[in-house]
Amino acid sequence: MESGRIVGTATPRKEGRDKVTGHARYIDDLTFPNMVYGATVRSGIPRGRIRQITFGPEVAWNEFVVVSAKDIPGNNYIALIDNDQPCLANGIVNHAEEPILLLAHPDRYALSQAVASVSIEYEPLTPILTIEESERRTEIIWGSDNVFKTFLIEKGDLDGVWGRADHIIEGEYFTGAQEQLYIETQGVIAAFDAEQGVTIWGSMQCPFYVHKALMVLFELPEDRIRVVQTETGGAFGGKEEYPSIIAAHAALLATKSGRPVKMVYDRAEDMAATTKRHPSRTRHRTAVSKEGKILGGEIEFVIDGGAYATLSPVVLSRGTIHAGGPYYWPSVRIRAKAVATNAPPHGAFRGFGAPQSLFAMERHMDRIARALKLSPAEIRRRNFLKPGQTTTTNQTIREPINLEKLLDRALELSDYQAKKQRFAKENKHSRRRKGIGMAAFLHGAGFTGSGERYLNSVVGVEAQCDGGVRVLVSSTEFGQGTNTVLSQIAAETLGLSYEDVTIAQPDTTEVPNSGPTVASRTAMIVGKLVASAALGLRQSLVAAGMLGEVSTAEEFRKACRNYVAQNGGLRCLARYEQPAGIHWDDEKYCGEAYSAFGWAVYIAEVTADLTTYGVSVDDFVAVQEVGRVLHPVLARGQVLGGVAQGIGFALYEKVEWRDGRMQNSQMTNYAAPTSSDMPPVRVHFEELGNEHGAFGAKGIGELPIDGPAPAIVNAVEDALGTSFNFVPLLPEGIFEAIAASADPAREEHSQSRVL
Amino acid sequence: MNGEPRSVHAYPMQRLLDVLRQELELTGTKEGCGEGECGACAVLVDGALVVSCLIPVAQAKGANIVTIEGVTADAGLRALQEAFLKCGGTQCGICTPGMILASVHLLSKNPRPTTDEIREGLSGNLCRCTGYLQILEAVAQVARA
Repeated sequence: MESGRIVGTATPRKEGRDKVTGHARYIDDLTFPNMVYGATVRSGIPRGRIRQITFGPEVAWNEFVVVSAKDIPGNNYIALIDNDQPCLANGIVNHAEEPILLLAHPDRYALSQAVASVSIEYEPLTPILTIEESERRTEIIWGSDNVFKTFLIEKGDLDGVWGRADHIIEGEYFTGAQEQLYIETQGVIAAFDAEQGVTIWGSMQCPFYVHKALMVLFELPEDRIRVVQTETGGAFGGKEEYPSIIAAHAALLATKSGRPVKMVYDRAEDMAATTKRHPSRTRHRTAVSKEGKILGGEIEFVIDGGAYATLSPVVLSRGTIHAGGPYYWPSVRIRAKAVATNAPPHGAFRGFGAPQSLFAMERHMDRIARALKLSPAEIRRRNFLKPGQTTTTNQTIREPINLEKLLDRALELSDYQAKKQRFAKENKHSRRRKGIGMAAFLHGAGFTGSGERYLNSVVGVEAQCDGGVRVLVSSTEFGQGTNTVLSQIAAETLGLSYEDVTIAQPDTTEVPNSGPTVASRTAMIVGKLVASAALGLRQSLVAAGMLGEVSTAEEFRKACRNYVAQNGGLRCLARYEQPAGIHWDDEKYCGEAYSAFGWAVYIAEVTADLTTYGVSVDDFVAVQEVGRVLHPVLARGQVLGGVAQGIGFALYEKVEWRDGRMQNSQMTNYAAPTSSDMPPVRVHFEELGNEHGAFGAKGIGELPIDGPAPAIVNAVEDALGTSFNFVPLLPEGIFEAIAASADPAREEHSQSRVL
Repeated sequence: MNGEPRSVHAYPMQRLLDVLRQELELTGTKEGCGEGECGACAVLVDGALVVSCLIPVAQAKGANIVTIEGVTADAGLRALQEAFLKCGGTQCGICTPGMILASVHLLSKNPRPTTDEIREGLSGNLCRCTGYLQILEAVAQVARA
């Protein structure tokens, strides 16, 4: 891999100085003249009809602006995919925390008193609170059958396979909801002006998603809605679709009050009311030969979408396509569905369906290993996809990937064999049992199938009067390094210094739509467009006779200055073009699902303490092939951050549901990993390039969260000899299983997996 | 306030965090949870590391308070901020002010902490982006120097 001058080096984070000095301005740091605050009155029950709303007498209601569904100028729904989610409930509520009324007042403290003073009388309806209840259809709460979406993938001749199998291995695996827990809560400021229309400033990943939703809600044209992303304190998917809702709410209050309105959620509201990772249930039935080769299988993958569709169809899609893991399946049938329950709608969270189905696949591989009396490493070796073979969607692997080599590297870095033997011996004499476990996985980068063509992203690069260039994208920075990486790409492409490149704040009136900042697509796809637009800019300067075909950085800067001085400006746009050879069949759900995959093998070493029943992760190895490392510090940061969230997903982060509402909606009782919970992590990158990605890069943001949970639970089984098929795995869960195996009468209770 | 005497008009039970951010217009200190769990609001009050979301301003009367704005002004502590930038200790930045205050506090009490001592010293500050290790490395780098 050729070493870049700027790409591939650790350039300073573009907005870093402001962040370490406290100068970075997040939405709650901003105040506008004449600004008031907004708050939301929400449903207290998971399902029912609204009978009566009473405004308590102790509040001076004339000081408040009150907004209900009837104040919505256009359509009362949040435009996304199915358009089934009301902006404000109108007579009926389908989940706890569903927004009903909006209040605005100049005094933030008076607002919370007022919210508490609104009493709502309901006629409760029977809620559906689990996947199983939804499947039973004793109540129909969505559509005709409670099903948002289904997929069916069929490959090869499955029916012949069962007779030929030497082993048929079954398993059922569960994952629970997970809260994104960005440290900056959801927040926006909205303003309305009769001429300019609606303006939104706020914490978000996708300004154009918010823009589209507001156009529909207000029935205003494109140029009368303006959305500006402010410095965003973490997102992880939690600010992909949700900001459209809080923006809509603030905008309605701003319109009715005639004043700018700031809405910032406190932590409890944010945790209880906004989206979380979809809970899942996966069932595997696999035909395996005595040599340990997968002959075929059936996989059923089900996710709980909550009360409205939001992004469930797409989460389901990704989870379905990843359900077979990085293995060769000669034949497979994958049936997938997203079902409705009366929980607050679930949504995007890093990984987006893949952590769920890959948890099941990797737990199941260890189960297959045990059935065949093969090691976890060996069973994977015998089934790894190789170049030239086809995936579950019949995509031929054209990348020069060598999964065995990744596995070998991981085994070596983690000292796996020696540790496994040592632990087996030492565990006999200790109540602190050690174990080591692995996970092998993949993550497709970019939107699935024809998704990138549908997004039709556009990127701009603009000459500046000081001779530098400015990158124009709607792709947002929220810690992962968008600003830095896209600037590196532009600088490298043009032979400029990193400092010559600036990047515009994503403002829908200033930048083209480069698509949402999701799906691990920014570096790979948007980055490639930035390079194209930069080259186009260069060509324009050459064509204008201001620059030679070969030029120095100083000549380029001079040409920019001259062109801008003479012509007022120069902007070059580049639009996405789907690479040749990417064919995807949306009906049969087969073909090239992604233009590139990241591949990884992770190994976790744990201690399971038989006195406290707690598990700690003591050591971790993360080996991945990512095409090209564009920035070594940022890339490592993505892996470490993803591993930390994966540890939380595996061991600590449990959403306690009661009556369809999150009970532990506080940081006190929803435990996210602290520095004390993070083991040393050895990160190793392989770089095999990617012809379709900027400078050979593939996506890297989500891959790291797919592996830790199964690696950890595999390690716990290694330590304790007990099989756990759900996450999060809390001490209570371990205690129950161990107590049950000691006393078979408890068996039934221990089977109830906690979601 | 960061070495300068300041006076404000505030209700005694108003949170110190709000007085800092609103009355004193020092928005560098952040709110992450409002319950003293995440440390994003961490400041130094008479040298003690406290979560300002749980301190009624009356309790801070007459105290020496240091916020991220004060840390930035002190030339000797800029090394910590440079290290955060170099090591990748800052991603989205929202936990960074509190994390830097906690690091300042740790290093003032223990100028040569071990990795475990750094880990423990920062365990009251949640970060969701970095997975902590690059933050620990930044502090270790400054401690070694």
